[in-house]
Amino acid sequence: MLWRVFLAQVLTVIVGSTLSLLTIAATPDVTQLKFYQPAIDEHLSGGSATSLKSINRNSFSHASQNLKFDQELNFKVGNGMFRKIWVSAPASTKASDGLGPLFNAKSCQRCHLKDGRGHPPKANWPEDNAVSMLFQLSIPAQSQQEQAQLDSLEIPVIPEPTYGTQLQDFSIKGHKAEGNIQIKYEKVDVLLSDNELITLRKPNYNVVNLGYGPMHPDTLFSARVAPPMIGLGLLEMITEVDILTQADPDDLNNDGISGRPAWSRNRRTQDLQLGRFGWKAGQPTLDQQNQVAFNGDIGLSTPLQSAPSGDCTINQDVCLLAPSGDSVQYEDREVGQIMTDLVLFYTQNLAVPARRNVGDETVLAGKKLFYETGCVTCHKASYTTGSDDNKKALSNQKIWPYTDLLLHDMGEGLADNRSEGVASGREWRTPPLWGIGLTQIVNGHSQFLHDGRARGFLEAILWHGGEAHLTKQKVIEMTSIQRKSLITFLESL
Amino acid sequence: MILKRVFLVSILSVASVFSSIAHSGTNPTEQSVLEHYANIAQAGYSDSLTTAKLLEKAVDQLVDKPTLKNLNVARQAWVVSRAPYQQTEVFRFGNPIVDDWEGKVNAWPLDEGLIDYVATNYGDVSEENNLYSANIIANTSLQLSGRTIDTSDITPALLSDTLHEVDDVEANVATGYHAIEFLLWGQDLNGTKAGAGNRPVGDYDTQNCTGGNCERRIQFIQSALQLLITDLEWMVNQWGPTGEARAAVLDAESNVGLAMILTGMGSLSYGELAGERMKLGLMLHDPEEEHDCFSDNTHYSHYYDALGIQNVYTGRYQRINGKLLEGPSLADLVNAKSPRADKALLTKLDLTMSKMQILVNTAINGEAYDQMIGSGNSEGNAKVQAAIFALTEQTKAIGAVAIALGLDSLDIEGSDSLDNPKLISMVQ
Repeated sequence: MLWRVFLAQVLTVIVGSTLSLLTIAATPDVTQLKFYQPAIDEHLSGGSATSLKSINRNSFSHASQNLKFDQELNFKVGNGMFRKIWVSAPASTKASDGLGPLFNAKSCQRCHLKDGRGHPPKANWPEDNAVSMLFQLSIPAQSQQEQAQLDSLEIPVIPEPTYGTQLQDFSIKGHKAEGNIQIKYEKVDVLLSDNELITLRKPNYNVVNLGYGPMHPDTLFSARVAPPMIGLGLLEMITEVDILTQADPDDLNNDGISGRPAWSRNRRTQDLQLGRFGWKAGQPTLDQQNQVAFNGDIGLSTPLQSAPSGDCTINQDVCLLAPSGDSVQYEDREVGQIMTDLVLFYTQNLAVPARRNVGDETVLAGKKLFYETGCVTCHKASYTTGSDDNKKALSNQKIWPYTDLLLHDMGEGLADNRSEGVASGREWRTPPLWGIGLTQIVNGHSQFLHDGRARGFLEAILWHGGEAHLTKQKVIEMTSIQRKSLITFLESL
Repeated sequence: MILKRVFLVSILSVASVFSSIAHSGTNPTEQSVLEHYANIAQAGYSDSLTTAKLLEKAVDQLVDKPTLKNLNVARQAWVVSRAPYQQTEVFRFGNPIVDDWEGKVNAWPLDEGLIDYVATNYGDVSEENNLYSANIIANTSLQLSGRTIDTSDITPALLSDTLHEVDDVEANVATGYHAIEFLLWGQDLNGTKAGAGNRPVGDYDTQNCTGGNCERRIQFIQSALQLLITDLEWMVNQWGPTGEARAAVLDAESNVGLAMILTGMGSLSYGELAGERMKLGLMLHDPEEEHDCFSDNTHYSHYYDALGIQNVYTGRYQRINGKLLEGPSLADLVNAKSPRADKALLTKLDLTMSKMQILVNTAINGEAYDQMIGSGNSEGNAKVQAAIFALTEQTKAIGAVAIALGLDSLDIEGSDSLDNPKLISMVQ
């Protein structure tokens, strides 16, 4: 097992450094890019798979535009799985039972509202629930053996002994929920160049109503909102080489920006593979991401996650004894392969909506600033996807996701101080920006970043620290007109 | 007496749908078509309300005299009540007011184990496991998501408000047609073998109570019925002369109203019925991944869904009293602009109904829908697949009609191709 890790790390270093050499040689000359007009088909963020449908609150729920009509029915059936409300076992509906006993939501759609972005609760429990946000838990390694498990990436974290790797704030009848997240915001002032004062809110988290006794004193928390579901199949189709060539783990090109690949364990092959999904890129494949969510968030067993009791631990024995919904016809799982395949197809093909106003003067000015300021270094604009005969609609597409899918140190302000796999407590994966301008229309809010603390684009930018500190400073020093242009560009994505 | 007449009518209506559609020959205005559409909605919800009240009476009778005959009458009354309701499902997708409300009356799947006792011979868990008996009917208080809920009095307010106070979006797991269905039939434990749920009538006999807690079960079913009736009354008013659902269709520009009709037809045909309700169950071969699972009434559930789609296109709806509600139709409007598109859709709608009729006939002859979708039943699977295919074809024809009417944007659920003429021509 270990040699794989080693090999992977060596590979990263080699590819990374070769790459950084390349990068030094071929740093894009911003002055040569055409900013007076959009690139050809730049509005088609997802290539031919881009959705061209009218813009409204359903804008994140459409299928890849280039799917054939018959494939669309499978997309729709997958949507049925995604919306399916799970009920407690036993029920007559064998394909729908097995919920919990502990869960964060009864369906995928419940967190991924309108297939879009989740949000922190508007108020603390019981005034509002935290259904589109969750709390990941772990503790530091307690022994050399545990440390070795972490180092070899055999497991990404050491679970909290009683509560597991995630706080489930709902439970089925007869079981206690694990607890509720409480958020208290404190104010953080930032002064912009023209004396404009921006007050950010910094969340402080606490867990109350603990259902199973006190937590381990060293418990580490990470709050995460549900990320938007669009374009995930396309992100999976970006070639590994294209991502690794941007990596510069030891910052050999001295630009202050590292970019580390999130090597993670593929649970099907047991190999290490480039992580792409999740706020810390902890999951290498969309299928695995989906199954981990089925198990941890809804409490369902799947082909890769065999526990029907989800995230229950041995210290929650009542939970382990609950009736399971495992069914013979689904390979003794609650969610059988046929179901995970349907959800996989659906999540691969949720289309990215076309951009609006790409040729607008202000948008182009903002785009220029996005490049010149250096945002584009990590929020890498464009790729051409690889080729896969089984995924024709997603193959060979020129796409515009604005991410390098690498981990970056984002500074103390954003740190959750909880490492996950190779990602440190200060590192986050660059999130894609496509579709971000439609958050307000689709989800009725503009709360960004992993825990939704930023209220709008400017706040999100101002939270950038660590490797992005200098870039953020440039935004602070901009004129207000420039900042508006930059945000107008983001709104057009 | 009243019940008997309704049964007769419902059977008649099944036989009469294939009468070919004659165009009135007039060119109706768009406004008159929209108005008639709202009239059909109002009539459909009003018929649903009437039959729900008859169901309530039948349940009262069962509670009063818990005999097998009265249980069967109540079950039959439930089946009858589903016929008009399913025909209103076509209004759901085009009209947000209906869609937002629908979960209260038709939520699916049902959290059976939260409502009443369920079989303990599920998996290999022993009978002593008291988690099997943690349900509302058996307990005067219940732990749910970290809260202790007082369930000592089972009332409409407990079911609609308290139990769902927290989880607002997935509300009403304990209310609506399917909760009542479960309380009348019980679990269907037959798998893909013949037979529906088989709840003993003793479950409603307070003198010789079989399933325990008969009084609380009675409170539950009566509360659920009261809620259903209140919810249907509300929806009838929404389509009344001053109702908001009617206004939403009539007060917008006529193109918007017409798009709402076609969106409802297309979304129910394609994504919902062909996709989620039929293809998903067929793929999973899940005996209960069907719609009316406790009663084995799924064939009619699908049939009347499809009939509702035909109704709003042809402007004809046969009411439960046997009278035909007829008026200016979308078909007339389309025929005036593109006879070809109109004829194509009428043909496809008829084809779908003939495939649905096959499902109904198969079920009447003893092979229930859950058996048809069973693994290894290639003949049954093929019948269901044929209906799915017909619905898919019908959806394409709906897309063509939208183009013929010059509606440039139609958000049919699950179908991006439909508003794109180029793609339509590719697939046809």
